[in-house]
Amino acid sequence: MVRLLEGIGAFVLEKLTGLGTIVLLYAQTMREVGRRPRFRSILAQMAHLGVDSLSIVSLTLLFTGVVMTLQTADVLIRFGAQGTVGGVIAIAIGRELGPVLVGVVCAGRVGSAITAEIATMKVTEQIDALRVMAVSPVNYLIVPRMLACMIVVPLLTVFGDIVGVFGGWVIAVFYSGITSYSFLDSIHRFVELFDFTGGVFKGIFFGNVIAVLGCYYGLHCPDGAEGVGRATTKTVVASIVMIFVLNAILTFFLY
Amino acid sequence: MIALKHVNKDFGDKAALKDISFSIEDGETIAIIGGSGSGKSTLLRLLVGLIRPTSGEIWIDGQDIAALDEAELDRVRLSMGMVFQYSALFDSMTVGDNVAFGLREHTKKSEAEIAEIVTEKLWQVGLKGVENLMPNELSGGMKKRVGLARAIAFGPRTIFYDEPSSGLDPLTTEKIDELIIEMQKKLGVTSIVVTHDMASACRIADRIAMIYEGELIAYAPVKEFRELKDPRVQAFFHTLRMERNSGRNEEEGKQ
Repeated sequence: MVRLLEGIGAFVLEKLTGLGTIVLLYAQTMREVGRRPRFRSILAQMAHLGVDSLSIVSLTLLFTGVVMTLQTADVLIRFGAQGTVGGVIAIAIGRELGPVLVGVVCAGRVGSAITAEIATMKVTEQIDALRVMAVSPVNYLIVPRMLACMIVVPLLTVFGDIVGVFGGWVIAVFYSGITSYSFLDSIHRFVELFDFTGGVFKGIFFGNVIAVLGCYYGLHCPDGAEGVGRATTKTVVASIVMIFVLNAILTFFLY
Repeated sequence: MIALKHVNKDFGDKAALKDISFSIEDGETIAIIGGSGSGKSTLLRLLVGLIRPTSGEIWIDGQDIAALDEAELDRVRLSMGMVFQYSALFDSMTVGDNVAFGLREHTKKSEAEIAEIVTEKLWQVGLKGVENLMPNELSGGMKKRVGLARAIAFGPRTIFYDEPSSGLDPLTTEKIDELIIEMQKKLGVTSIVVTHDMASACRIADRIAMIYEGELIAYAPVKEFRELKDPRVQAFFHTLRMERNSGRNEEEGKQ
């Protein structure tokens, strides 16, 4: 019994220590943001992390819009509410599916890339080399990635929202027999600007989560190739979990 | 001048270094030798401030670096250069960018001036026309040379070498040793070399410090060091003699 309690205690302590380290890393990153902006590096990261994710975000949201419409249009038409399909799809994608799915995709695509890169740099002593050369790894590596993610994830969310609604429009018009005017008019009638901006706002938070967790697991990865692999997996899992939790909290306060 | 006073370093319950005290005069070359896991690399990491001692003082240029915060430590680091065991070159940058890194970070020199310095430093370590190569296109010996060029680019007063001969063939090892001696003569820098290679230590150093199970068991000029009766020191010389004999036998066998 004592051993069990000791085990639970050690587990809780380890997790709390990890959480504390993440919070400290985040605070340190925010402190460094204004110290020496590296615009070229931020743009490079935006291109590297953001542009490369466009195709997978498009694909994910396009098919989400398609499936959503396939599932809802039929039921709504049966109840004579075909004039609400566009609004339902747009609200669902704008408020929840867009930001969450973009967040999840970026956790897999961007978070893992950040961790793999930083972890490899750590294992090959490149991070130590930065420190010995009096260059802060937080300023040089983490700040550009954090800012890039904070900009790129909301932008990808906007892009994903448009693609998702377009996927829904295609199915509504060419499969379910709803007119294009009816689809677009229902968006116009039911959807408020905040349904989209709220989702984009969530994207900023998700970008932060992905970047800070990606950097944290990269900086704290155990030595060796296996360590890099394990750190990458941890980033993806932790980011996805955090995105879901954060999404619930944000939805509660935003809508 | 560099001085260590009663330095201890623990990792958890394990004492990696125990009550280390010694000093290094300006312009000297010191070899720190010891077997694997003896604590010599830990000592080097303490000297460049990559880790903090559990207790004790580390004085570099009149400052106790153990008591400095990271920003103050960075100012001390500007007078240091380090050559890493596996070179730790930034693998996303060209050789030229690696050597220019410190100059771009800490000086306001123009790109033309930086390019000139890069060419000069590469020439000093015996490399020519490699500026545009990527680190993965270089041999082990060339990587070490580029690492050295990067370390001297900023004009350091102290150069730290972590296992400069590790992973190199005997001929390349000798060339790297010659380079270390040459750097000391040309630049007048203080050199601290961590190695397990006794032959190399005897060639390059003015004084040798031997670490055994975390303790400094000997620190003396090379000539005196050879005469020490301590069986742990003699065991190291014994392996050196064995290596030399086996080398001689191999050569005789070939003839």
